[in-house]
Amino acid sequence: MSDASYPDDLLYHPEHDWARVQDGAATFGITWFAQDALGEVVFFEPPDVGSTVTKDEPYTEVESVKAVSDVIAPLSGEIVEVNNGLAENPETINDEPYGKGWLVKVKLSDPDEVSSLLDAAAYRASLI
Amino acid sequence: MIRSADDGLTIFERSKRGRRAFVAPELDVPDVPLDELLPAELRRREPPRLPEVSEPEIVRHYNRLSKRNFDLDTGFYPLGSCTMKHNPKLHERVAALPGHAKLHPLQHPRRAQGALELMWNLQQALGEIAGLPHVSLQPSAGSHGELAGVLLTRAYHEDRGEQRTKVLTPDTAHGTNPATVTMGGYEVVKVGIDARGNVDLDDLRAKADADVACLMLTNPSTLGLFETGIEEIAGIVHGVGATLYYDGANLNAIMGICRPGDMGFDIVHFNLHKSFTQPHGGGGPGAGPIAVSDRIEPYLPRPQVVRRDDGNGDGPTFDLDYDRPKSIGRLRGFQGNYGVFVRSYAYIRSLGAVGLREVSEVAVLNANYLLAKLRTAGVAEYLPAAYDRICMHEFVLSGAPMKRELGIRTLDLAKRMLDFGVHPPTVYFPLVVEEALMVEPTETETKETLDNFAEIVAEILREAREDPEIARAAPYTTPVRRLDEASAARKPVIRQALS
Amino acid sequence: MSSYVSATAADRREMLAEIGVSSIEDLFADIPARLRLDAADGALRLDRGRSEQEVYEELRALAARNISTEDELSFLGAGMYDHYVPALIDSIIGRSEFLTPYTPYQPEISQGGLQAMFEYQTAISELTGLPVSNASVYEGPSAVGAAGYVAKLTNGRRRFVVSRGVHPHSRETLLTLSRGYGMEVVEAPLRGGATVLPELDGDVSAIVVQQPNFLGAVEDLTELASAARDAGALTICACDPLPLALLKSPGECGVDLAVGEGQTLGNRLDFGGPSFGFFTATEALLRRMPGRIAGETRDVDGKRGFVLTLQTREQHIRREKATSNICTSQALNALAGVIYLSWLGKRGIVELTELMVKRTAYARARLTAIPGVALLHERPVVREFALALDAPAGRVIDRCLAHGVNPGYALGTDYPEHEDGLLVAITERRTRADIDRLVDVLGAAVAAERANVGAPA
Repeated sequence: MSDASYPDDLLYHPEHDWARVQDGAATFGITWFAQDALGEVVFFEPPDVGSTVTKDEPYTEVESVKAVSDVIAPLSGEIVEVNNGLAENPETINDEPYGKGWLVKVKLSDPDEVSSLLDAAAYRASLI
Repeated sequence: MIRSADDGLTIFERSKRGRRAFVAPELDVPDVPLDELLPAELRRREPPRLPEVSEPEIVRHYNRLSKRNFDLDTGFYPLGSCTMKHNPKLHERVAALPGHAKLHPLQHPRRAQGALELMWNLQQALGEIAGLPHVSLQPSAGSHGELAGVLLTRAYHEDRGEQRTKVLTPDTAHGTNPATVTMGGYEVVKVGIDARGNVDLDDLRAKADADVACLMLTNPSTLGLFETGIEEIAGIVHGVGATLYYDGANLNAIMGICRPGDMGFDIVHFNLHKSFTQPHGGGGPGAGPIAVSDRIEPYLPRPQVVRRDDGNGDGPTFDLDYDRPKSIGRLRGFQGNYGVFVRSYAYIRSLGAVGLREVSEVAVLNANYLLAKLRTAGVAEYLPAAYDRICMHEFVLSGAPMKRELGIRTLDLAKRMLDFGVHPPTVYFPLVVEEALMVEPTETETKETLDNFAEIVAEILREAREDPEIARAAPYTTPVRRLDEASAARKPVIRQALS
Repeated sequence: MSSYVSATAADRREMLAEIGVSSIEDLFADIPARLRLDAADGALRLDRGRSEQEVYEELRALAARNISTEDELSFLGAGMYDHYVPALIDSIIGRSEFLTPYTPYQPEISQGGLQAMFEYQTAISELTGLPVSNASVYEGPSAVGAAGYVAKLTNGRRRFVVSRGVHPHSRETLLTLSRGYGMEVVEAPLRGGATVLPELDGDVSAIVVQQPNFLGAVEDLTELASAARDAGALTICACDPLPLALLKSPGECGVDLAVGEGQTLGNRLDFGGPSFGFFTATEALLRRMPGRIAGETRDVDGKRGFVLTLQTREQHIRREKATSNICTSQALNALAGVIYLSWLGKRGIVELTELMVKRTAYARARLTAIPGVALLHERPVVREFALALDAPAGRVIDRCLAHGVNPGYALGTDYPEHEDGLLVAITERRTRADIDRLVDVLGAAVAAERANVGAPA
């Protein structure tokens, strides 16, 4: 994805992760900024289904040619689904960070945490 | 189909059934069936599929391969932090002397006195250069010496009944340092640097507490700048009872000028493949001896080379001392990379005190000259020095203005340099400088080489002003052009598939 | 004295002018005066520098005080071996293009070195039967230490079970390193020359064994690896590379990490270094491999090329999450290794190793015919074996040395239970005549000691 984009229907964590929240569950991924900083993603091994994620804590890693980066959980909960398709094509994280490049789906343990996240405008502002 | 001389085949692809180079010596003992000596169930059914080639083919293959390498004997190699200085040719001659090269490591010490004396003398010389008297030659490389430093620190604190958990290291530290710290069982805590490029003393004071085991530093720093506050740094670190570790990667700037021991460092490691001319070999071998203060001495690796004067007029003897109850133990087999010691020892004997000082003086002179010359050549507008100070033996430029205004990055600049027959400087290190370019010319380069390099950089920038695409798609004249590193990492192919 | 510097007085004047300072001293202004050494008296207390010729003479004199394998008939092994290094290796690795470049950070101008690494990785993988090899680590014992760290990162368990048959230096190195990352190390004893594993529980991260072991014995690797797997532990095997020409490969036996000392492959003794360590593993451990790895890829024109790959595992990118801190590998020594393996070739490595096996058998038979000399164990061996002497080993060895024969390594140094043990190594350089001489000299020495004929000459 060549141009910076931050969809308005998502919520953002300052450590460059996004969350799409729906009915007590959320999908997580990394933002355009994160994938641009990393460069071409070469490897992603998803965490285990059933494992716990904690808001503000790292829950997995993304590996590019030049760096390995922790991915921070924007919200807390239990992982119910992981994106196994990324094993074959990790570069999808670069091409579609908000779509097919999603990382995990989580059942939220504390939906009120949502209020601490940024909206697209606030996140965009934080990047300057 | 005609095959070019540079066909790029691997030695396995040249293999042809029945070809051979090795001729076995004649079997002069009873030809007992192998099954009687090594039962079939212990043996492999198929031999390893090594190539089948003749000697002329092997020689031609590796000769051709060698011509695809750029090397220091051929051209300028200003890799920051690597000290690519000339490798004196005498050193290969002395290292090949059978008395050195064909000496078994387990030979009895009394039958290896030449080797042990050489090691002892080298220890003394390194101790003198560092300003710390106790030296171990055992570590195999710089990063190994760093691991030794961390383990020594751990042993020191544990011997005092203390369980510290953190090691401080500046943001600019070489990549090896944080990895070493983790392997030593400590947590890395970063210390910031100030606007002048030195360790931020306020940040250090805030982070230095009784839980800190060590501060790992190099001086000059990886920015090529001398830590002017080094004595205060030592005071803060020692004040909380921690050790101060010196990464010797930048020793080339200060030999005979000042000494890490005098600055307050407890542990110093040397890279014999940097300041002490061990050839880099395309990525090793090297050696990473360490020098330590009195309080760290008891924990040095085992064995230590010692000198004994029995006082009966026979002269000193040299030995390997294993009786070291507080030692951290072994870091590797045998005594260390002796072949490297021979070369570095020859170097130190060739130069002496005056020569070593001259090395650092000219290394620093050359670096400052090149920095000034780049300014004169108009390069500074696009590649300004990261810090506006006199540098030491290396300096860091930032390609951020170049990226903004000319649309080419430090990477592109480096790739285009390949077409001009020089090795690029270190790129994208240290991480604190955007689009970093770290340049270390060393003392063995002529003024003309430095002038030429400045011209090359200026030329590439001129080109980029006309057409940035030239650098972006460079190199053009090298054996291969830009390589796809992403797919190499995504789907690694790290050996030849064989049928 | 030469410092290999070219800057003349005139050069320096011009350069200082360009910089805008009046003397070199000014460039060191940042260094506090208190720390600066005084140039006047030569600053460092070192001997004055000497001419090339004088340095050569000194190094030659030092060499003359060492008894090398050219000065005595040596049967010393125990981790490094007196093999014949073919001349083509010297001529190839002496080339500037291999000797003087740095690590290949600019792959476009380092294809020679990178392709050589790829070829080396292939050759070593063939020897050990494991698909993943790196471009080399420092040497054997630290390879074992690094393998331990990989096991710990892989399964997070807290104990290593290490066979007493593993080289003492490897055991000590593993102990030193594993103390740093908090592992418990437990020893598995030898019985009759073979490793006896204790009951393995869920705390065991890896077992560590050696093939052939330090006493020269061939172990039943398949059974050992199977026991480890049943307990969910990894198997680390330190191997002597040439015996792998004949022995069932560690990969085939179910080993997870096969590492070892590479000196035997085309490298000099050099009083213990530099050499190289080889490091191979299963596919599953690919992304935990320490050190450098060369990978195949294509350039923008579609031409095949090689790059350092999976570098994110290494120290310089992953920093505190790195699987090791190795920066330097042993590229030049590994190059000697792959040239040697190519020189031996598929048939040659078998012929060479079979020759050593047969000469070893001959030596073993002749030596044990000497009264007072017995086998320490009866396991099959390849090129090294252990004897039990019925006489003080140290004194027997001294007598042999006085006759220009170094009969082997005194096992009692590391194995108090084998106080008068002797470890004898055979390489292709030891002919039948050499072995016969060993038999004569050792026989006489043992006889003299048994008869207690006073101090050695």
